[in-house]
Amino acid sequence: MDTLLQQFFQQLINGISLGSIYALIALGYTMIYGIIKLINFAHGDIYMIGAYFGFFATTQLGLGFIPAIILSMAGAAIVGIIIERVAYRPMRNAPRIAILITAIGVSFFLEYSMILLVSPQPRTFPAVFTPTVYHFGPLVANSQQLVILISALILMVALSYIVNSTKAGKAMRAVSFDADAARLMGINIDRVISMTFALGSALAAAGGVLVGVYYNSIDPLMGMMPGLKAFVAAVLGGIGIIPGAMMGGIILGVVEAMVSGFLSSTFRDAAAFGILILILLYKPAGLLGKNVREKV
Amino acid sequence: MLRVEDINVYYGAIHAIKGISLDVPDGEIVALIGSNGAGKSTTLRTISGLMRPKTGRIMYDGEDITGVPAHKIVGKGLCQVPEGRHVFANMTVMENLELGAYLRSDKDGIAKDMEAVFEKFPRLLERKDQISGTLSGGEQQMLAMARALMSRPKLLLLDEPSMGLAPLLVKEIFNIIKEINAGGTTVLLVEQNANMALSIADKAYVLETGRITLSGTAAELASSEEVRKAYLGG
Repeated sequence: MDTLLQQFFQQLINGISLGSIYALIALGYTMIYGIIKLINFAHGDIYMIGAYFGFFATTQLGLGFIPAIILSMAGAAIVGIIIERVAYRPMRNAPRIAILITAIGVSFFLEYSMILLVSPQPRTFPAVFTPTVYHFGPLVANSQQLVILISALILMVALSYIVNSTKAGKAMRAVSFDADAARLMGINIDRVISMTFALGSALAAAGGVLVGVYYNSIDPLMGMMPGLKAFVAAVLGGIGIIPGAMMGGIILGVVEAMVSGFLSSTFRDAAAFGILILILLYKPAGLLGKNVREKV
Repeated sequence: MLRVEDINVYYGAIHAIKGISLDVPDGEIVALIGSNGAGKSTTLRTISGLMRPKTGRIMYDGEDITGVPAHKIVGKGLCQVPEGRHVFANMTVMENLELGAYLRSDKDGIAKDMEAVFEKFPRLLERKDQISGTLSGGEQQMLAMARALMSRPKLLLLDEPSMGLAPLLVKEIFNIIKEINAGGTTVLLVEQNANMALSIADKAYVLETGRITLSGTAAELASSEEVRKAYLGG
């Protein structure tokens, strides 16, 4: 019994660190959806590009962890802005299905451009931390897990501050709620959308670097599965809702860790997508979503 | 102050506005009346830059603003209160007002205007930290107007401010419109409630299926046989 409980807490630690990476990616999904109602299927690939930025920053430029993650976030933000400008903005008034297909196209474009540019071989992410193992009673956590947790926490607090307390954040919320009314306030929608892509992409890139640090291996197709998982996390929390994405990511990570720990790791993807099916069946608006929110 | 010259506006293939010309002199209240679907809202949306006219010209304050995007027009002192209020229902009353002053950076001026707005709409002061989606229809209309005032407009476009409100509230709203105008803001008012609109306007235009069919001073129109039959119920 004791070992069962111990294993439970151990998997909880693993799950929360994995989940905070899902949460970072899910935030971008949810913000972009909130503002232009697009499921940006290329978002997982931004995460992959972020990981490569981090990789080159540490191996070629010899940067440490913090400058590398900042550089990677800035680089991915620019890539995000360019993608929106080139691929999505011309489709702004096109039917939703057309822009969704565009997003899938962008996703393939990024994946296979990267295969061409950096080769399909997985790269070994350098160890930027001396792997220390911390013991908390019978439980263990390594330094990577702590770094992931702390970085994700800092980024989420920063994002919440930007969205809730700055003028730019208010403009974002206004555009996402009612674009026409926002324009009548003098808000430049195109700029707000660019900013949303920049923020979302930067968070995904941070997730990519953290995963590189955690698993030590990156490759051009690494974004596919986490991209889908983060999408599940965003839907689970309620797509378009920022705290929902954080919550959804953590829950998904914990469920996956528990399934891996207590059943078998081959079931963990099934569990993630099982959650998607269940949530769509029983609470399609997501855990934090409300079906009615406006009194007219 | 505002001159609309022969604009034509299309929704896809639908020709919604067929050559409308309007003149809104400085300091006046001008009403645009007409039934549902006549093109009143489309006219306002075109003036405020949410839609583009296919042909024609919009002159504001001596400047051609045809095709200028909406967010730039607000900065020139032309602000629209949209039909159906469109308050940011997920934000508080305060946050809505702050967004109204989005383009301004004069902190002291904003604070002063905020006070002035609360004086004009004391009900909003009571509810300043309330989520605006929980306000009543009348309060939301007041908030939408207050939010527009926060941009310090020289010309205020009001789209159906009486929509869905109880008669007593409609009176209150119209009194406030008169007050705003007395404070020096020019008003272009779109209304289905022709009675109320003509009672406060200096000048009015009657719009029918995308064309202006009548125009004149408010008094002339109120006494015109045609208008009384069609819009004033007798």
